[in-house]
Amino acid sequence: MPSSPAANSEVPLSGARVSDPALAAAMDAVLATGTGLAEPDVLAVLTLPDEDLPAALAAAHRVRMAWCGPEVEVEGIVSVKTGGCPEDCHFCSQSGVFSSPVRAVWLDIPALVEAAKQTAKTGATEFCIVAAVRGPDERLMAQMRAGVAAIRAEVDINIAASLGMLSQAQVDELAAMGVHRYNHNLETARSFFPNVVTTHTWEERFDTLRMVRDAGMEVCCGGILGLGESLAQRAEFAAQLALLGPDEVPLNFLNPRPGTPLGEAAPVEARDALRAVAAFRLALPKTILRYAGGREIALGDLGTRDGLLGGVNAVIVGNYLTTLGRAPSEDLALLEELRMPVKALSETL
Amino acid sequence: MSAGEPGDAVIITSYCDRCGGELGVADHPGCRAARALEPPRFCPSCRRRMKVQVLPAGWRAVCAEHGATEG
Repeated sequence: MPSSPAANSEVPLSGARVSDPALAAAMDAVLATGTGLAEPDVLAVLTLPDEDLPAALAAAHRVRMAWCGPEVEVEGIVSVKTGGCPEDCHFCSQSGVFSSPVRAVWLDIPALVEAAKQTAKTGATEFCIVAAVRGPDERLMAQMRAGVAAIRAEVDINIAASLGMLSQAQVDELAAMGVHRYNHNLETARSFFPNVVTTHTWEERFDTLRMVRDAGMEVCCGGILGLGESLAQRAEFAAQLALLGPDEVPLNFLNPRPGTPLGEAAPVEARDALRAVAAFRLALPKTILRYAGGREIALGDLGTRDGLLGGVNAVIVGNYLTTLGRAPSEDLALLEELRMPVKALSETL
Repeated sequence: MSAGEPGDAVIITSYCDRCGGELGVADHPGCRAARALEPPRFCPSCRRRMKVQVLPAGWRAVCAEHGATEG
């Protein structure tokens, strides 16, 4: 991570400032120092009036360009084991606890390699293998051993994984396999987590993240907005992520799935989603802030552009785990239009 | 009900492939809109829940009775 702002870029920067002088000064300090907004200021961003939203996004964009640069990290994801999860994450259609239409299915190794190839063809540098499990059993670890080896033999791409909670031995083995980044989302604020998940704790998730970092893998940790948390809890979550200091924060917006306890919840309103994009960037100036699931639902087609000009510097292209996304060509054309180069593999190795 | 060229199998489409509800009883406009960003979940012929694998560039759904479809 840089210790001083990067000098670039071709992307035009707006000098717009929010109307609250104290908050504007706090944003200027983030830009100058690379230290994120404190929790009260994050909440102030989340509660800005509509007329200040463009200025907040502009400030977040300036911070992103200064501390991360114009490159955008592109990732594809695939589910190696779908559905049938014993956990009760209330947003998840893959939980076996709810009456979701999603059935359990495993992806075989040839199909996994093909998925990695499809992802690499888009120019993506990251390929994340995901499983709907509490934590990996021996069958899943065996699938990972074979799958990671097969991908590394045939595809030039970084491999990440998201397999739930890990033991120390599993952390060590994944690192030894060459998994360079591990995703484990804290999902929401610590104070709200028990409203969303009852089969394990926020602290159990945190333990896995600590082991991942200690093993030398990059930490990917984000969450989902729109689970019923208050704006204060959204700010709390951003502050807790800042304390963790993950290499990447995937920002999801709830896509209400049929059959889950949150199946009838209202999607995050577009302006609130964009306030959150700006707020999380200003809380986490140097992290890879990735648009993940639900952006199409919360923000529509224009949301990708607004987010990329408001602090986001990474995207998941193509489909998600159980739902479909925009065509990769649309996102890649937008990056070209915005003169934001796709991060090259050589820069990430 | 739809049919292709002579000799093709006749495919009877009776159920919504998103929610499994009967077609004809309702038009399922919400399901049709949602399907733009979702793979099918129910076999349109027999309403069995299908095994669905979403891939980065598509999806594959398998009905135990009526076989695989891809998108």
